[in-house]
Amino acid sequence: MAVASPSKVMTNVEAVRSTLYDALKRDDKAVILGEDVGNRGNVFLITKGFIEEFGPERIIDTPIAEASIVGIAVGMAMEGLRPIAEIQFADFIYPAFNQIVGEAAKTRYRSNGEYTCPMVIRTPYGGGVRGALSHSVSVEALFYHVPGLKIVVPSTPRDIKGLLNAAIEDPDPVLFLEHKRTYRLIKDDVPDEYFTIPIGKANITQEGTQLTVVSYGLYAHQSLEAARKLQDENLSVEVIDLRSVRPMDRNAILDSVRKTHKLLIIHEDNKFGGVGAEISAMVAEEALFELDAPIRRLCCPDVPAMGYALPLEEEYMISTDRMAEEMRAMVRF
Amino acid sequence: MYAPRVVTHFERFGLSDEQLRGMLHTMLMQRTLENRGFQLNRQGKIPFASASEGHEAVQAGAAMAFERGRDILVPYYRDLGLDLGIGLTPYEVLLSLFARAADHSGGRQFPHHYASKKLGRFTISSIIAAQTAHAVGAAYAIKLREERGRAVLTTFGDGATSEGEWHEAVNFAAIHKLPVVLLCENNEWAISTPQSKQMAVRDIYKKAAGYGIPGALVDGFDPIACYGAVRAAMQRARSGDGPTLVEAKCYRFLSHTTDDDDRTYRTREEVEERRKDDPVPKFERFLLENAILSSADLEDLRAQVLAEANDATDRAELMPYPLPSDLYAQVHAGPWEPWQ
Repeated sequence: MAVASPSKVMTNVEAVRSTLYDALKRDDKAVILGEDVGNRGNVFLITKGFIEEFGPERIIDTPIAEASIVGIAVGMAMEGLRPIAEIQFADFIYPAFNQIVGEAAKTRYRSNGEYTCPMVIRTPYGGGVRGALSHSVSVEALFYHVPGLKIVVPSTPRDIKGLLNAAIEDPDPVLFLEHKRTYRLIKDDVPDEYFTIPIGKANITQEGTQLTVVSYGLYAHQSLEAARKLQDENLSVEVIDLRSVRPMDRNAILDSVRKTHKLLIIHEDNKFGGVGAEISAMVAEEALFELDAPIRRLCCPDVPAMGYALPLEEEYMISTDRMAEEMRAMVRF
Repeated sequence: MYAPRVVTHFERFGLSDEQLRGMLHTMLMQRTLENRGFQLNRQGKIPFASASEGHEAVQAGAAMAFERGRDILVPYYRDLGLDLGIGLTPYEVLLSLFARAADHSGGRQFPHHYASKKLGRFTISSIIAAQTAHAVGAAYAIKLREERGRAVLTTFGDGATSEGEWHEAVNFAAIHKLPVVLLCENNEWAISTPQSKQMAVRDIYKKAAGYGIPGALVDGFDPIACYGAVRAAMQRARSGDGPTLVEAKCYRFLSHTTDDDDRTYRTREEVEERRKDDPVPKFERFLLENAILSSADLEDLRAQVLAEANDATDRAELMPYPLPSDLYAQVHAGPWEPWQ
C-alpha cells in the first residue's frame, strides 16, 4: 500500500507564496523584483517576510516602472540569475510589452542560442473582485500570439505549485498568470515535496461523453461546477482545464472532441481574437468532421473592460448558471 | 622619409605606443568595414548596411577601457568599433553583413547584432534603449554575487535618452549603485531628427545630476580622451562606487543606413564642415606628429587593414546561407512545434 505523502491544505495565494519561498531557499540565484514586494510583502502579502529572511538584495522593491522591472530581469537572466519579476496587476503590464515580446521572447532566437532568458513574470489577473477598469483585465490573448513565450494560467493550489516550479526551472521566459479571484476562493491539498507539472499539459477535471468544455483560470472551477450540476440531469460533460495557453495541449482537446463530438470553450477574456478563437480554428482544421454541432465560445463581452459598479461587473462576468445553460443547449443540439 | 617633430607631451592615461597604434588599427578597420558594407550594398550583394563613420574615436577608446574576459559589453547597433576593439574579427563582421549561417545570430539579425559569451558581448535587438535595462540587470547580478572588479559597459546614441526605458534603467542603476558605465555616443542625429528636437538641453551628461550619479563630458573625436573618461568610469564601477553617465560628443558623417538619405534633412555644408574634424585622419596625424607611428608604418597599417578586410570578405562570401529549416531552430529549448 502506498503511503500518502505529506501534504497541506492551502489556498491559491498560499500556494504561490510557499512555492516562491521554496524556490528562494533552494536556489540563491533566484531573486524577486517588483513593486511593493519587499517591505509591504506584495499587495496580496504573497512575499510577506521574505525581505527579512532573504534580504533586500534578493527581494527587490523596484520603482513604479514596469518596463524596467522586466528589462532588468532580462539582463539578470542573461547573466545567470533566475529572476522572478512581478507585475503588481496584469493591468499594469502594458509598459513592459516591449521587454516581454521584443526582448525576452526573442533572446534565444536572435542570438541563435548563445544567450537565453530563463525568467518568470508573475502577475495577478482577472475579474470578479470589483477591480474596475484597471484591476480586472485578462491579458493572455495579448501575449499568446508570441512564439518564444510560454503562458501559464493555473487554477488550483496544486497546479500553481507544480507549474510555478516548472516555470522557474524552464530555460525560457514564462508568463505566469494568477487569477486573483481564485487567490482565497480555492483551497486544496498540496504535496509538501518538490514536484513540477509540465507546461503545456492540460488537466481533464471531469470525464464525460456528450460535450467537451475547455476552460482555464477561474472559469475552470465554474465550468466544472456547472458540469457537475448537469450530471444530476444525466448529461455527461467532459471538462478540460487547460492550465497553459501556450504551449497548448492540442492532443487533450482533440482526443476529447473525437470522443464527445461537441466543443464549448469558456473564458473570461473577451471573445474576439481570444484563446477560444485559436482553439476553434485548431479543431476546425484538425477534427471538423468529428463535430456534431458548431463550436461555441462563451466568453466575456467585447467591451474595453468590466465596470466598477456591481451591475456592470456582473453583466461582464459569466455566471455558473449561464455556463450550465450553454452546456445543456449544446448537449441537446 | 618622415621626420618626426619634437615630441609634444600629452596625457596618455598610461597607454603604451602599441596600444595607441592598436586603437588606430581598430579605427581604420571600423571605417574600412563600414565602407565595405556600403559597397556590398551598392553592388547588390547585401540588402542593408549601417554606418558608424564619426564614431571611431569614442569606440576605440572605450574598447581599450574594457577588460576582456571580465567586463560585459551591452552595446547598440552602431558600435562596430567597440566590437572590433574587444576582439570581434573582421571575418565575423563580414559573416554578419552577408547574413551567413555562421553569423552569431545565424543570419537572423541585421548586421552588427553580435552575441558572444566568450567576448562578454550581450545579444541586442534594434529597439532603441531596450538594452539599457539589460545592462543594468547584468550589473545587478555582478553586484549581488559580489564580483568586485567586474563592470558592464553599455552604449547608446543621443536618441536613446528620449526613451522611458532608458530613464527607468539609469534610475535603477543609480538607486543600487550598480557597476555599469552608461556611454552616450552623441552624434547629434536620431536618424533625421536633430538633438534640438529631441531635448531642450545641449549636454546629455548633465542629465546624470537628475539621477544622483556623476556625469562626464568628453570629446568623442579624441580616442585617448575617450579612453581616459571611460576607463575612469569603469574603474569607479569596478570598485563598487556606482554608475557614471559619460557623454562623448561625436558626429555621424554618413546617412543612418544604406536605406537612408541624409540629404533630405541636413546640408552638405554642415557635413563638410564637421568632416574637417574627422577623428580618423586626425588621430593618424597625432600619432605621426608624436613619432608613435612613421608614415611607412601608417602605409603598412592601412595595407594590412585592407588586406584583412578583403580576406574576410572573400572568405565570408563563400560561406553558406542558413538553411530554410534553420528558421525553426532556437525558438525555445527543445524541438520546435507549431503549438509551442
